[in-house]
Amino acid sequence: MADTSLRPRFERDTASASPVFAWLFRRPTALAWIIALFAAGVFWWFGKPLAGWAFKYPTAWKWGIGKEITGAMEWLMNEATFGLFTFRQLTRAISAVIEFPYDIVLSILSTGFLSGQGSQAVQIVPPLSWIAVVAIVIAVGLHVKDWKLSALLGGCFLYLVVFGQWDSAMVTLSSIAIAVPLGVVVALLIGILGYRSLWFERAITPVLDLMQTVPVFAYLVPVLVMFGFNPVSAMVATMIYAMPPMVRITMLALRQVPGDITDLGTMVGCTRLQMTWKVLVPSAMPTLMVGVNQVIMLSLNMVIIASMIGAGGLGFDVLASLRRLDIGGGIEAGVAIVVLAIALDRLSQAMARKAPASHTETQPDNIVRKYPYTVFCCAVVAVTGVAGVFWAGIQDYPEAWTVTTGPMWGELVKYININFYDQLESFKTALLLNVLIPFKRFLLSLPWIAVVLLLGLAGYSLGRWRLALLCMVLSFAIVTVGLWAKAMVTIYLCGISVVAACLIGMPIGILAAQNERLWRVVQTFIDTLQTLPSFVYLLPVVMLFRVGDFSAMIAVIAYALAPAIRYTAHGIRQVDPQLVEAGIVSGCTPFQLLTKVKLKLAFPEIMLGLNQTIMLSLSMLVITALVGTRDLGQETLIALTRARTGDGIVAGLCVAFIAIIADRLIRAGADRMRARLGLQ
Amino acid sequence: MAERAEKLVCNAVWKLFGPGAESFLGKADRSHSIDDIKQAGLIGAVRDASITVLEGEIFVIMGLSGSGKSTLVRCMSRLIEPTAGEILFDGQDLLQATAREMVEIRRHKMGMVFQHFALLPHLTVLGNVAFPLEVQGVDRSVREARAREIIELVGLEGRETYYPRELSGGQQQRVGIARSLAVEPELWFLDEPFSALDPLIRREMQDEFLRLQNVLHKTIVFITHDFDEAIRLADRVAIMKDGGIDQIGTPEDLVVRPATDYVAEFTKDVSRAKVLSIASVMAPAPDQAPKGGYGGEVPVGIKIGEAARQIGALDRPFAVIGGDGQLVGQVTREAVVEALIQG
Repeated sequence: MADTSLRPRFERDTASASPVFAWLFRRPTALAWIIALFAAGVFWWFGKPLAGWAFKYPTAWKWGIGKEITGAMEWLMNEATFGLFTFRQLTRAISAVIEFPYDIVLSILSTGFLSGQGSQAVQIVPPLSWIAVVAIVIAVGLHVKDWKLSALLGGCFLYLVVFGQWDSAMVTLSSIAIAVPLGVVVALLIGILGYRSLWFERAITPVLDLMQTVPVFAYLVPVLVMFGFNPVSAMVATMIYAMPPMVRITMLALRQVPGDITDLGTMVGCTRLQMTWKVLVPSAMPTLMVGVNQVIMLSLNMVIIASMIGAGGLGFDVLASLRRLDIGGGIEAGVAIVVLAIALDRLSQAMARKAPASHTETQPDNIVRKYPYTVFCCAVVAVTGVAGVFWAGIQDYPEAWTVTTGPMWGELVKYININFYDQLESFKTALLLNVLIPFKRFLLSLPWIAVVLLLGLAGYSLGRWRLALLCMVLSFAIVTVGLWAKAMVTIYLCGISVVAACLIGMPIGILAAQNERLWRVVQTFIDTLQTLPSFVYLLPVVMLFRVGDFSAMIAVIAYALAPAIRYTAHGIRQVDPQLVEAGIVSGCTPFQLLTKVKLKLAFPEIMLGLNQTIMLSLSMLVITALVGTRDLGQETLIALTRARTGDGIVAGLCVAFIAIIADRLIRAGADRMRARLGLQ
Repeated sequence: MAERAEKLVCNAVWKLFGPGAESFLGKADRSHSIDDIKQAGLIGAVRDASITVLEGEIFVIMGLSGSGKSTLVRCMSRLIEPTAGEILFDGQDLLQATAREMVEIRRHKMGMVFQHFALLPHLTVLGNVAFPLEVQGVDRSVREARAREIIELVGLEGRETYYPRELSGGQQQRVGIARSLAVEPELWFLDEPFSALDPLIRREMQDEFLRLQNVLHKTIVFITHDFDEAIRLADRVAIMKDGGIDQIGTPEDLVVRPATDYVAEFTKDVSRAKVLSIASVMAPAPDQAPKGGYGGEVPVGIKIGEAARQIGALDRPFAVIGGDGQLVGQVTREAVVEALIQG
């Protein structure tokens, strides 16, 4: 009572006049939103004749930064010098450092050691036979974990043999075998620097943000210009793509090392180097291995894309098939990548979880018992190496024994198209006409100035001036480089896909969270989904719906589904069990328990799931440029094919800006929500 | 008691956390109360702590969580840089030592045991114990031989090839103790070494610790939040509260003459008979031996509780004998009973 009398008089008057106004006056943000949206609506409807520039950004005002970057890049390659050496010499040196070990691994796994050049080359030492490689992976599986892992690995590699993907797979494996360790080491060193120096961490964090949000195509161009069209370029691009999470995980893992352990290091008098390599890194190893797993998976994700700038192997096969519209061949090679991904994923996960061996009572006396797997592998390599000389089938799997599924896939596509063409086509057309195209038209008709200002308001209401300024500056940057319309197409496709992914994924997540058995099935399913390289999603989609926005949308939804499910289920499952019990004791029905307790508390986590869904959608969307979307992704792809560095980078940065705006807004919202719930 | 050398001296050590801590300390006369410090937006972890640890004694720093005891012990080894003060180790001011000198001092003269063991998960028991020597660059065979000796000393022989995760908590802390002793330190810090163990094991480890000290005679700074542990193990105790030191004294001093209400609060429930020596209840010996002679002899240092049964059995006073065999006083059954009744 006392506090109502303290309120300003006019508020009480409005309160008596209308409850709606009273509600609004107590919530200035809501009021501001209503006024702003109304104003934007009026401007959108009537403003075009008055201020055309606010709808279509005049070309004369455009900032031609793209050309300048391209020019700078040319200068860098042709003229830049660091005194002792030129920039071109620097890139050649890096190139040599990567190429040398790659050639060795490639010789071992695929080509054999050659003498002489080109077609005159003579093989001196053959590569490892397929039997030897399979035997090695089986031994590694046994050594790292158990016979189950071993059987899985052996099965995966035998699949590659039997289905005729061996040669390409070994080329791919060679580049992975170089890109992953190099990427891990470089990322580890950067991460250690970041751990040591707060200043350095502050400097690299935004760079990492950009590296993870700028679409791959954008930096393929400068890499291509610097290193040329060859496997080295592909590995450099792969490393750039795969490193950021490892850098972050390294910093996190080192920070998580208990204070007691670092104190111990100091107390026994460790030097800085000893502290890093004898105390910190070994203690953080389990977490670091999670990072290594990430690097492997991201590298595999890049296999196909990297073949655009010179990687051979399975990725090249997929890309070539896709270009020929040879669906069967594409699927065969695509599945082979998935098989390789599954094998390497399970192997690296097992290595991450592997505890140091248990104590051994006695030291074995002879070398066979001490290193049984190593001895076994050496024996197989030697025996098959010699036997391969006499019988080619041991060296190379006989082609006559391979099985091909290509024609089968081709037949399947033909069958589906003959029998279901009308249904699929009418479904596609209905969605296009009623949802996709109207939404796209609506977004394209919006005045950019209103969108920029509304984003600013959103930023202000969630995170005050800093966020407001960030949103407005980034969105205006997209306007000023003249990519507004393309950006709107990106937002339209991304928005629709995200909504669809959430509509499908969140109910699945909610259901799975309530039922342990269902959860286990769903978890396996989404784990597998996330193992698939993004490119693989395109194949069946193109097969069924051909090229266009609709196909892109389906692929994006499929790719972005996993986080929507995972975060929802995880959010609900991690609600404090005491609160759930409190709800039950208070007499909630299961439905009330879900809506009034669990979902409310899981909301911040679900928001983060939405965030991840958006991030994955954007990264997939760029790749769908290959199936004919007309958005920022296509812009980067065009830049790639014409080697226009600047345009690619600018379009890529625009995608990153969209991602950053969405990320910061959602994060700020989730943080506020969490603070209100007292979860932090 | 023979005069012992001063091994470690802390003079007016301060540790304040927060921006501008040094200028805050510099400008005033350093008699800041905890409230002054809070007002300046700082956290006063250690305030004006002065401690002298004598060679060969067990010096226990006791305080509840947040009292600054862990910060103080970390200041002593410069794991944490004190904001102000002086720390003299064998007369050398550690705060003036260069980083290199500190590394040498830590490598050869200090050992530390941690509350949560801080064992390196990737090394075996042997590797962990030998680790301080490995860091110094000692040859593998030499350091492993040394490690094996200490592992035997702490009773873990046969477990050399085990990994930390394969051991129980008590065993893990034995490894921690062995590791801290590997370099034969002169100064041994134990930071709540038994707090993470369950009560039965804790008791066992305390006995083990006393046994080791009987053999080794190290200078020990022992941190605990457990008052019973403090009076059980300590030669002398410092009680800390809000970063300051409330009282330093022998367990007996604390019980008989608590300096503050805070200390009295701790000692209230302590069984006096276990802490007080017979000297605190003895009367001066009369010139003549009592009628019927003394019932027997007790040493002056014995705790009342330990002598009670013997003295209570006879209705005659007992002679109290000093360290050199001289009669220093007498004690009657009534005096002992009185002390026992007081609790």
